[in-house]
Amino acid sequence: MAVRAIRHVQEEGESIWLKCGTCQEILFRKEVERRLFVCPKCGAHLRLTVEQRLFMVVDRGSFVEHDSTLSSRDALGFTDRKPYAMRLAEARCKTGHREGVICGTATVQGRRVALGVFDFAFLGGSMGAVVGEKLTRIIEHALAERLPVIFFAASGGARMQEGVLSLMQMAKVSMALGRLRAAGLPYLSVLTDPTTGGVAASLGMLGDINLAEPQALIGFAGPRVIEQTIREKLPPGFQRAEFLLEHGMIDLVVERKDLRRVLSQLLGLLCD
Amino acid sequence: MQTTYLDFEKPLMELDKRLDVLRRLGTRSPTEEAELCRLQEQCRQLEAAIYGTLSPWQRVQLSRHADRPYTLDYIAALCSEFVELHGDRCFADDPAIVGGLARFRGRPLVVVGHQRGRTVAEKVRRNFGMPRPEGYRKALRLFHLAERFRRPVVTFIDTQGAYPGIDAEERGQAEAIARNLREMAGLRTPIIVVVVGEGGSGGALALGIGDRVLMQENACYSVITPEGCAAILYGERTPERAAWAAEALRVTAADLLALGVIDSVIPEPLGGAHRYPEAAIALVGDAIAQHLEELAALPLDELLARRLAKFRRMGEQAIAEEDEEMEMR
Repeated sequence: MAVRAIRHVQEEGESIWLKCGTCQEILFRKEVERRLFVCPKCGAHLRLTVEQRLFMVVDRGSFVEHDSTLSSRDALGFTDRKPYAMRLAEARCKTGHREGVICGTATVQGRRVALGVFDFAFLGGSMGAVVGEKLTRIIEHALAERLPVIFFAASGGARMQEGVLSLMQMAKVSMALGRLRAAGLPYLSVLTDPTTGGVAASLGMLGDINLAEPQALIGFAGPRVIEQTIREKLPPGFQRAEFLLEHGMIDLVVERKDLRRVLSQLLGLLCD
Repeated sequence: MQTTYLDFEKPLMELDKRLDVLRRLGTRSPTEEAELCRLQEQCRQLEAAIYGTLSPWQRVQLSRHADRPYTLDYIAALCSEFVELHGDRCFADDPAIVGGLARFRGRPLVVVGHQRGRTVAEKVRRNFGMPRPEGYRKALRLFHLAERFRRPVVTFIDTQGAYPGIDAEERGQAEAIARNLREMAGLRTPIIVVVVGEGGSGGALALGIGDRVLMQENACYSVITPEGCAAILYGERTPERAAWAAEALRVTAADLLALGVIDSVIPEPLGGAHRYPEAAIALVGDAIAQHLEELAALPLDELLARRLAKFRRMGEQAIAEEDEEMEMR
């Protein structure tokens, strides 16, 4: 399915105002949109929808979605406060997507790439079997077509409601990335706010080049779990993109406005 | 003899104590001998009642049992030689993961596993079996050693999870785990994984990619601890909620076999590995020997293709294909 118009459409009932989660400033939506959802006051990079992300990174009209018909089945019969099936249905309504990642091919400044974009609004971008499958299939497509791969991660980790099957997606996707690596094709991992748990500990940290957006929260354990374990307050800036850069875990922190150009440049330097 | 009794095992305590007294006697009178026989029979019946019908939550508790054999116990009992190797060559040696060169039934191999502690001091030193990145990096170094010298790898899984701490994050816990997943997937030597205790999420999986993944009857393996799951979904860590989560998450060996995540269940003696460690260890040894032999017969390319195909299929029962297209907004 080709996406004909990836544009943010002002929806009915959507406020013209928006609050920055970092500095709590009330912002004029149009102004924030114009700045690619970066807070004009504090520079925080607000979370994006998949459509907004694609709109900012890929060449207009070039995105072709893959495996859009895959959807999750409640294999464990998991019900907590709500049945998992109901949570899935709600997430689909809320996001307009069938699952937590959208994959496809596109061009970035004229270069063909295979892409995967996580949707944090879909059950926290959690990775269940379908997310793992879509990522694996797009890597396999990249292998067949000899394309570079770019994933934009935004996820709390593995999807609890699919139990150990979701844990195994870490293995499945990492394995596919290993094949991509052996085939000499580049994989760029773009870590966006937030990327933690099983997604960080698989595709997130496996990029030939790891990039992150400013201030993005990135780590294995979530900050709350760490605080409960060590019974201390965490230092300011802990697990933020700049912290990871300082500790040698990522290559670059890239502002949103520069992302398209930097990705294209890196691909050129690796592939030309 | 068992040192710790879980609530549901308490009925065995008094019986075990008396049996122990009788067994320790150098010579037994006919009355004492008869009493020993009677108590042994009673014990078997009680064990059948307690361990014959375990709930998933009870199995989780057993998988963490203080008397269960740990990795080093398996190595000591099963390997005629073992040279422990240390350090990741980058930062430190992590005592929460042990590994080295060993000889198992005449065959040299590389063995790696999570290691909990028995005494308070050892528990602290081994960080309760929760590895830091250097532990996973040491493991990877040993996996590569195995590959270079064509030694099969056996790993033992027994951890609550990778350590969630500041230092672990600073040194790249996520990166260390991710790299192990990718490298184990392509390692050109047979790998056998045995889940012998608690298989805690990514921290377990980082030693868990294998041509055969075996699991003891009372071991468990999960994406999150039942307590953690209950805390997230219900905001409470009560035993009742944890018991619910243990069931909902499908964490037992039988569950994982049905889900296609493991290849085989290794039985434990009735009463469990914590009551009969020698017998349980022997059963694990037999299983490893059998699978090693099968894997050794496969050409390496075939071995790797099968490993790939096995993990490629994981989770397929949770995937559906829908007909109609869904328009992106």
